[in-house]
Amino acid sequence: MSGLASGCVYGLVALGFVLIYKATEAINFAQGDFMMFGAFIIIWLANESFLGLPFLFAIPFGLVIMALISASFDKLVLQRVAGEPQIVIVILTIAAGFILRFFAGVIWGYEPLSLETPIVGKYLSLGGVVLSLAEIGVIVLTVMFTITLYIFFSFTKMGVALMAISQNQLAASHVGIPVRKLQSFTWVLAGIVAGSAGILYASKGAVDPSVGLIGIKAFAAAVIGGFGSLPGALLGGLVIGIVEPFSARFIGSGYSHLMPYIILLLILFLKPNGLISQVRSKKV
Amino acid sequence: MKTLELRDVNLKFGGLLAIDNLSLSIEENQIFSLVGPNGAGKTSVFNAISRFYDINSGDINLYGRSIKQLKTHELASVGVARTFQNIELFNNATVLENLLVACHSRKNTNFLSELLFLRKVRNQELEYRDVVEKVIDLLELQPYRYKRPSELPYGLRKVVELARALSLKPNLLLMDEPGSGLAVEEKQDLAFWINDIREVLGITILLIEHDLNVVREVSDKVAVLSSGKLIWTGKPCDLEKSNRVVEAFIGE
Repeated sequence: MSGLASGCVYGLVALGFVLIYKATEAINFAQGDFMMFGAFIIIWLANESFLGLPFLFAIPFGLVIMALISASFDKLVLQRVAGEPQIVIVILTIAAGFILRFFAGVIWGYEPLSLETPIVGKYLSLGGVVLSLAEIGVIVLTVMFTITLYIFFSFTKMGVALMAISQNQLAASHVGIPVRKLQSFTWVLAGIVAGSAGILYASKGAVDPSVGLIGIKAFAAAVIGGFGSLPGALLGGLVIGIVEPFSARFIGSGYSHLMPYIILLLILFLKPNGLISQVRSKKV
Repeated sequence: MKTLELRDVNLKFGGLLAIDNLSLSIEENQIFSLVGPNGAGKTSVFNAISRFYDINSGDINLYGRSIKQLKTHELASVGVARTFQNIELFNNATVLENLLVACHSRKNTNFLSELLFLRKVRNQELEYRDVVEKVIDLLELQPYRYKRPSELPYGLRKVVELARALSLKPNLLLMDEPGSGLAVEEKQDLAFWINDIREVLGITILLIEHDLNVVREVSDKVAVLSSGKLIWTGKPCDLEKSNRVVEAFIGE
């Protein structure tokens, strides 16, 4: 259960990677740090030791702040380098990660903090199996989030437009899709996804400025799932989340951190397009 | 009535003048061809009209109104559609989905009604499906509805791109080298369809084409560009009578 919950968080961060990649063809290497920052913002809003706002008010407020931070990054930084090579955007996102880690450390310190949610420390006993309510909450919310995003992308005008952008920006703009505007919207969405991942991460464990580095594991999850696929991102996250505790138990805790990358290498050797491939082969 | 009018258009890339003081006017329901050697600036003219490039001076009018301030994505809503020299399709989508995406830009439903698939949304979907099916029938794409572009031969992919442009229900269609890479029989079909698009759908067509047989067969009027300059305009049958045109194509 704990592995599934961790996998959900990896999956949500991976989802952020995929969203940005689909809309802009760029990879936001700060996605993990956006999650970490989102976690701190929620802790700052909700915990008694900080602002102590009611939990149900703090969540939407925190997500709005994350959406604004993400949108500002797009507006103030990325739009200024539009048209530059992808490597420029990659380096800028890596720099943004460093900056977020620095500010998180300066504002909230380097000691681990946890989110005080109404369900933290509560357990559910099912036929002798004791399950953490926080972990169940993480799983349920992630599944709901993924289903919502799936419906959004499959059935709404904006979702269809984003799918079109992910496949061909030039063609999309010529069939009347406002590419630039929707790319900005995707940054807003990615900020909300990162904030949500942050809430889930902070409610099931402790957060410090360095936890943003799980973004690298989430990136591996996105590649394992088949980069570009939303369900694939979640699946990749779950694979990593489940394999980690098992490898810690049977191989050794130190090795468990290697497992995501070993799985990544295996997938790249055996199924280079990932578990849910976005690349379709052509019959000749 | 003039559908499209370019007035003293200049487009520069650094020191290179890609379009040099170009003025053209295309009448309603006309098939107007733009020809010239490679690098003459033909595609730059298309990119300027479709607002992919900002022109340095001059004006571009559609039905008497300037479209200089519009963005590329806004052109579809004023009735301009385009095909590309290198095919630009949504490769992970089926032929049908490629065509329906074009219709979606006209959708005026909101997020909630789309999620709940309310009657208004359902009616619009039916209306779009109707538009797309008419285009599929016109261009004989019936067997390929559920195929992806990568499963189709090159010539058919060009037809799918044309079908997607028609699904936008344009008044003006810009076709950038539709005949390139096509076999002789496919070019004959193309000429037939270009005429059909004008006759059946009443669409004005601006065409870039290298194959002068296709140009002669379909065009009402031809303009020849060389180094970004307009060097000749006239009827297609007079094309080879002009020394300047012959010089531009094959040298002195």
